[in-house]
Amino acid sequence: MDFSMIDAEPILLSLQLAGVTVVILLTLGTPIAWWLAQTRSRLRVVVEALVALPLVLPPTVLGFYLLILLGPNGWVGGPVQAITGSVLSFSFAGLVFASTLYSLPFVVQPLHSTFESIGKIPMETAQSLGASRLDAFFSVIAPLARRGYLTAVVLGFAHTLGEFGVVLMVGGNIPGKTKVISIEIYDRVEVLEYTQAHVLSLGLLVFSFLVLVMVYAVNRRLPVQVI
Amino acid sequence: MTDLLTAKFKVDFSEFNLDVELNLPAKGVTVVFGPSGSGKTTLLRCLAGLERAPAGYLKLAGQVWQDEGIFLPIQKRKIGLVFQEARLFPHLNIEENLLYGYQRTIPAERNLHLDEVLPLLDLKALLKRNPEKLSGGERQRVAIGRALLTSPKLLLMDEPLASLDMQRKAEIIPFIKRIEDQFKTPIIYVTHSMNEVLQLVDTMVILKSGKVANWGPVEQVFSDVRSRDAVGEGQLGAVLETSVAEHDAEFGLTRLDFMGQALNVPKQNIPVGQNLRVHIHSKDVSLSTAPPAGATSVLNILQARVGKIGILDPEGYSVDIELDAGRPILATITRKSLANLNLKPGQPVYAHIKAIKMVHELEG
Repeated sequence: MDFSMIDAEPILLSLQLAGVTVVILLTLGTPIAWWLAQTRSRLRVVVEALVALPLVLPPTVLGFYLLILLGPNGWVGGPVQAITGSVLSFSFAGLVFASTLYSLPFVVQPLHSTFESIGKIPMETAQSLGASRLDAFFSVIAPLARRGYLTAVVLGFAHTLGEFGVVLMVGGNIPGKTKVISIEIYDRVEVLEYTQAHVLSLGLLVFSFLVLVMVYAVNRRLPVQVI
Repeated sequence: MTDLLTAKFKVDFSEFNLDVELNLPAKGVTVVFGPSGSGKTTLLRCLAGLERAPAGYLKLAGQVWQDEGIFLPIQKRKIGLVFQEARLFPHLNIEENLLYGYQRTIPAERNLHLDEVLPLLDLKALLKRNPEKLSGGERQRVAIGRALLTSPKLLLMDEPLASLDMQRKAEIIPFIKRIEDQFKTPIIYVTHSMNEVLQLVDTMVILKSGKVANWGPVEQVFSDVRSRDAVGEGQLGAVLETSVAEHDAEFGLTRLDFMGQALNVPKQNIPVGQNLRVHIHSKDVSLSTAPPAGATSVLNILQARVGKIGILDPEGYSVDIELDAGRPILATITRKSLANLNLKPGQPVYAHIKAIKMVHELEG
């Protein structure tokens, strides 16, 4: 198979997008998941539902609202344009924003269930030994939650790599800016370049399969238990 | 008064209320005793700052930890917590577990160091091991050591031995006693098992349905006519602090000194001069108003005065009587004997003691 005909740009862009998105998601998802695992507030169900929404909504619905939100007149796009001078829709930054929302459940849910299974005791114990909540989180909770984090990172990354509808709606199809793998595959199929579509599709498939195998294998070997 | 613990908590849960007011000496071992559901653990969580009782009050050694508008969070309270489960951090080895709190204690406030705690709790050999490789007793010792290394002003223990078998319990108790002897850290120990702590306890708090049923120095609480229900039939009676006076090899006895009076017990393997805590069941004490005229096989006869006389239950045959023999002793006699002897408070009597047990020999 001739790899020279494969354009590396969409692949790199996809990896870049997934990487940035995962970093943002971990920073954002950790407090959300922690709050969900701790709170007795009635708002919990609402937040849980909001986080899970991207799982059930057609990507086009999410993409449509994001397009409006991120556009020059949108609640987010407007102020951003006023400050930075650049439009958020049809840009890489816009894609990151959209991917963050779209992949949120894939990061929050594994973290949430991990924090829940860890329970309150390690936090209480660390605090009774003089640790502040933040200190206790990084020195005890995070290490205990490592398999939850691994799952969250892999799922968040793989899911961002694989998204299509939202990206197309929000980012369009601008080479080097918003044209990611999934869209490149779509383009190749449109023009009947099945070989190139095959290479990219198979690559994505094998990659996704391998990382999932890795997650399940590692999870098996890292049982979480508090003694 | 600085070494005092003053606490006032009122917690209303739908199915359970806690309403206590305590003034305890902040030294020695205070045991909070009560059946499950009596509020022991809630009280402990309030003391630790894990539960915030509205309008609660807590002051330890002159420092207010909780009052109106004041609530010192747990990590600022300088308490050591030990629970039924050791709660070691599984991702850290024993040494790292032990040092977790030590590293988070301001160097100037570190009174206890690893080189003191390791021999005390016999932990040296375990340092590099992982928590899951340890036995239950070893883990519990690590947990105690970890708590101690924060140089706490108060050590709170919630049923720390409940998940261990008899042998392991017996192993750990001397360690807890040593903590108190060597470091003078006051300990509040919550349990539903009285025998576990009779060797340790100085002050006793008995909780019943969220209220303090009785409290005071252990010898007083155990010999109180009101304690029958709370302490339980099996342990009702006197807990006395004695010291070994001499050993009598000829008759296989050890003579104990108790407030200037002698008590003879089967020979103990304990050096002369050392303290020994004994328990005298109230049913093993009988009374006479005159000194024994003839010979008697009872070796131990103490002079005492009649104190409070318990409630006479017209349905029952027996009655509890408090005696003052320098320290309180409790006797359970029949109502008929009480009438025959015509006992009155203040009256001198002779207490014939038929059996004395070392507290560590008690069962059940």
